[in-house]
Amino acid sequence: MASDDLWILGIHMTKFGKHPDQDLVDLASEAVTGALADGGVTMADMGVIGAGNLMAANAGIGQQLQKQLGQTGIPVYNVANACATGATALRVAAMAVKAGETDMGLAFGVEKLSGAGLLAGGSRKEASPTWEPSGRYGAVAPVDGRIGTEIMPGVFAQIGMEYGHRYGGTSFELFARISEKNHAHSTLNPLAAYSKRFTLEEIMGDLMIAYPNTRPMCSANCDGAAAAVVVSGAKLRTLSGEQQRRALKLSASVLTTDPWEESCQVLPDVNTLTRNAATQAYEQAGIGPSDLDLVELHDCFATAELVHYDNLMLCEQGGAVDFFNSGATWRDGSMPVNVSGGLESKGHPIAATGIANIWEVATHLRGEAGPRQIEGARVGLAHVIGLGSACGVHILEKAA
Amino acid sequence: MAEQIPLVDYLRLGDEPHLVAHQCTSCGARFFDRRNGCASCGKDTFEVVDVPTTGEVKAFTIVSFAAPGVPVPYVAAVVDCGGTSVRANVINVEPDPEHVTLGMPVRLATELVGTDEQGTEAIGFGFEPVPGGA
Repeated sequence: MASDDLWILGIHMTKFGKHPDQDLVDLASEAVTGALADGGVTMADMGVIGAGNLMAANAGIGQQLQKQLGQTGIPVYNVANACATGATALRVAAMAVKAGETDMGLAFGVEKLSGAGLLAGGSRKEASPTWEPSGRYGAVAPVDGRIGTEIMPGVFAQIGMEYGHRYGGTSFELFARISEKNHAHSTLNPLAAYSKRFTLEEIMGDLMIAYPNTRPMCSANCDGAAAAVVVSGAKLRTLSGEQQRRALKLSASVLTTDPWEESCQVLPDVNTLTRNAATQAYEQAGIGPSDLDLVELHDCFATAELVHYDNLMLCEQGGAVDFFNSGATWRDGSMPVNVSGGLESKGHPIAATGIANIWEVATHLRGEAGPRQIEGARVGLAHVIGLGSACGVHILEKAA
Repeated sequence: MAEQIPLVDYLRLGDEPHLVAHQCTSCGARFFDRRNGCASCGKDTFEVVDVPTTGEVKAFTIVSFAAPGVPVPYVAAVVDCGGTSVRANVINVEPDPEHVTLGMPVRLATELVGTDEQGTEAIGFGFEPVPGGA
């Protein structure tokens, strides 16, 4: 292992779901304690903390965690970056280790979202007594529902439909089949918030949220946390054989934002920044998409999963529909995608997601995924997107 | 006739209602909001340009579940108006996938949003199918 390589030494995720008796700090503590134990290290070994939480982003979750698990005086970076918050927290720890400021860093993401409804889109209040233009568009009344939609299921529905307009082949049923796959995968994941298999008819016949996304085609709001310990190659060489054997090489760690494209301020462009992140990640890792044994990608909605097959270059440009229809992305296919069940069934506690998907990949690379193990997995990719936008891509490799 | 005010300042009312955009004089990028600078090239000079009033639907969704007080279902879309993408509802159409399709030709239409206590009408916009255009 080269001295300046980055490695994941320990990693853990809590069960995703409803945790009414655990607050944010409880959940974060469970994930962090688990990751430290998994890596055979303690809080005293950490030189930096990247702490992710979105919904209470001003509350200093990193220091709250320290007050329970160890106030060692190290720097804490509390980060919020929409649905890429967890990946951003990990990037903070990775950058600090890469820069040589410390040889070991901790990252965690935690969220409590059980019972939350739509996360965007303003409720329609009474009109003011007189029209008064306000905001950057000089709007005299709320525009959600009057000038398009701000709700996430609707935004991502359009993103999938736009792909269909550009390349053809999409349909309500196609998108529902993607959801069918992920729910089927979830039945093997004991940490998923929902692990019920749905028939295609059940998915298509469920409550319509924003055509073509019905309720089971949307990510599940839930509670959860995930944490990881990053270590330098130089430090890892001084640790035990068992620690070295279970450590996973962080071959690529990339964060991008969306470069300006016509239309990107009208409908978010989740494509260009994902393609850019993937390109950089494959270059950093020195591999190509065909080298991947599994992928966890950001299926916040079924319509999103389709476009990311293309953006991550798992298929030819424009070929995502044929790629899915070939069966490639089922767990027994040539490129298993979201064998965890994905955000649609595993759940999407926002800030936890960007580390939880890395935990899923890591668990397969270690051969510890039990009944859902992808046999012989050696290389995997984890992807998240936060609207606004930010994209995180991480590639992990099994130790040689 | 009652006083009228546009729902947003990039909707221009009058005999021929249309949308306007802030166009960067350096790179041509178009924006609908108040600008501090150009997200494409970083310059800070803009001119106001008219946006074509016809276009085609390049993405849509039919929202059936929304925040309290927002009437559903409605069709939210991105309309390609001669190379300028516009966010808008598709209006004056049955809100179902049999009547709204990708690529369908549409044209700008205005509609009443409401009337305030002084009798001023707020006028919004959407895009409606072009008759015989399908």
